[in-house]
Amino acid sequence: MIESKRDELAALALRVREHIVRLSTDGGCFTGASLSCADLLVYLYADCLNVRPDNLTDPTRDYLFLSKGHDVPALYGTFVELGFLDKARLAQHLSTDDHIYWHPNRHVPGVEFHSGSLGHLPSVALGVAMDCRMRGQDNKVIVITGDGELNEGTVWEALLVASAHQVNNLTLVVDRNQFQANVATEDLIPLEPLAPKFEAFGCEVRRIDGHDFAQLEDAFSALPFSQTKPSVIICDTVRGRGLPSIEARADRWFCNFSAEEVEELLRELHSQEATTLTSETLTVR
Amino acid sequence: MTYEELIKETALADDRLVVMTAENRALIRNLPAVLGPRFIDTGITEQTLIGAAAGLALRGRIPVVHALATFLTLRAFEFIRTDVGIGQLPVKLSGFVPGFLSDGNGPTHQAIEDVSLMRGIPGMTVFAPADEADMLAMLPAIWASPAPAYVRINTRPATYEHAPFEMGKAEIVAEGTDVTILTYGMLFEQTLVARELLQAQGKSVGLVNLRSLKPIDEAALLDVVRRGSLIVTVEDHFITGGLYSILAEVLLRNQLTARVLPLALEERWYRPGRLSAVLEHEGFTGQHIARRIAEALGEGNASFAARPILENQFAE
Repeated sequence: MIESKRDELAALALRVREHIVRLSTDGGCFTGASLSCADLLVYLYADCLNVRPDNLTDPTRDYLFLSKGHDVPALYGTFVELGFLDKARLAQHLSTDDHIYWHPNRHVPGVEFHSGSLGHLPSVALGVAMDCRMRGQDNKVIVITGDGELNEGTVWEALLVASAHQVNNLTLVVDRNQFQANVATEDLIPLEPLAPKFEAFGCEVRRIDGHDFAQLEDAFSALPFSQTKPSVIICDTVRGRGLPSIEARADRWFCNFSAEEVEELLRELHSQEATTLTSETLTVR
Repeated sequence: MTYEELIKETALADDRLVVMTAENRALIRNLPAVLGPRFIDTGITEQTLIGAAAGLALRGRIPVVHALATFLTLRAFEFIRTDVGIGQLPVKLSGFVPGFLSDGNGPTHQAIEDVSLMRGIPGMTVFAPADEADMLAMLPAIWASPAPAYVRINTRPATYEHAPFEMGKAEIVAEGTDVTILTYGMLFEQTLVARELLQAQGKSVGLVNLRSLKPIDEAALLDVVRRGSLIVTVEDHFITGGLYSILAEVLLRNQLTARVLPLALEERWYRPGRLSAVLEHEGFTGQHIARRIAEALGEGNASFAARPILENQFAE
């Protein structure tokens, strides 16, 4: 990836993180889980997928399904920055006058399907991928799940079926931020070794640093990984990425900060250089 | 015409139709060869089946989805409610062996809360044909509607010549002054017998085949209520949430009351066996229904002859 593009994506991701922080007050939102997938969503919408505000009804567009629906702030922040969503609507967060609440819904342009109940969208995305293939279209169909979400049997059931039907235009992406809602995944329902599990379910798997735009580009531009199998990309990420004060903390899934704390976090966000986020911050606290 | 022939004909004329199944192929065995990729068998995965159907519907398809009624409505309930219901997608659910039709399978397979569950989902429509002819008459309208739908599949041969189907309308088989039977699904056949037995003893017996439980033909129900005689609801469903409940809701909504005898399954699953044995044991043969109604009319000494009951064919 050329440096200028990487800088551009990083700048975009920073603005998305600002939206996430600003939404983390007055009722709050799922701050930690949003920050972990902000880079992934920015990369996919800004640089990878053929989906734009002006082609949302084009059946040949690419599809992104956000199955871990609680990272609405990252999704809507990305939508605002890329012109899908009017920024003024974010001010309506948790107002019953609009539909900007804790989980995605189709009242927001760009949201392909509502989510919130975990383990649903792998199968919905499977149906969409099957139809694209039936029509001879080569749309990418991406579904993003959390890692805690992998506790749900229906994720695996959908992969069994996708694998049986050789649905190679379906890609499941795991935001592997190491946390369930309240505890570290490995302390509750251990997932590792994760890649071999997906391989055993008939998928072609890659594992990357989900905050590294060059690695994201390498992986996503190689899709489909196989002509006969669904693809899986495990993105190793950090819950709360970008804000060291809340990074990798079990108690920073959902956050509801005071106005003063938000200002402090925004200062913290801007004081971070990408290079200071090292493997140290990847260590689960 | 059979169920399979109707799907085939409809699908060949409309490429939006996709046939899906969780490996329940009893009624659709010949469709893979005809429909190719538009026949999708997801294996024994009711939840994935519904999720994928929602995805196909998002892309403009009309999935007709098959599974045993109990696993479809219970195992996949949240997928139906959340993906199909919230999405208001035109997914058409075909539930096999609902109610007494799962005869020998046992309580795991008894879909006797399906009407209650499905009608509780906003926007979902619910249908229960009396027999194969009744079902074939209603399916084209159900599949053509933009609404999600649940159909209690019933392929038993008709013993009555039905009127044409009209969406949201019940079939008024007969009007009566002593009693009116309200029913739906496979028990229609037995209520027809019960009516005949009671009529032979001089009773004037009305009979309504509801056909559609949602939308419900409220006007037809109110007509029956205003007649003022005994009303009997007959259903192979738990007493909670089915026709008896629907009637109660209609009565309250209209600030009316009525004398109602509910014949339903009260707080228990039914004893499994061959269909004739189940109906006999549970008191739902035409003979038993006639006897139970006569008792409610204060004529407990009346006796009615038994009629042979056509057994069910095994359907996986």
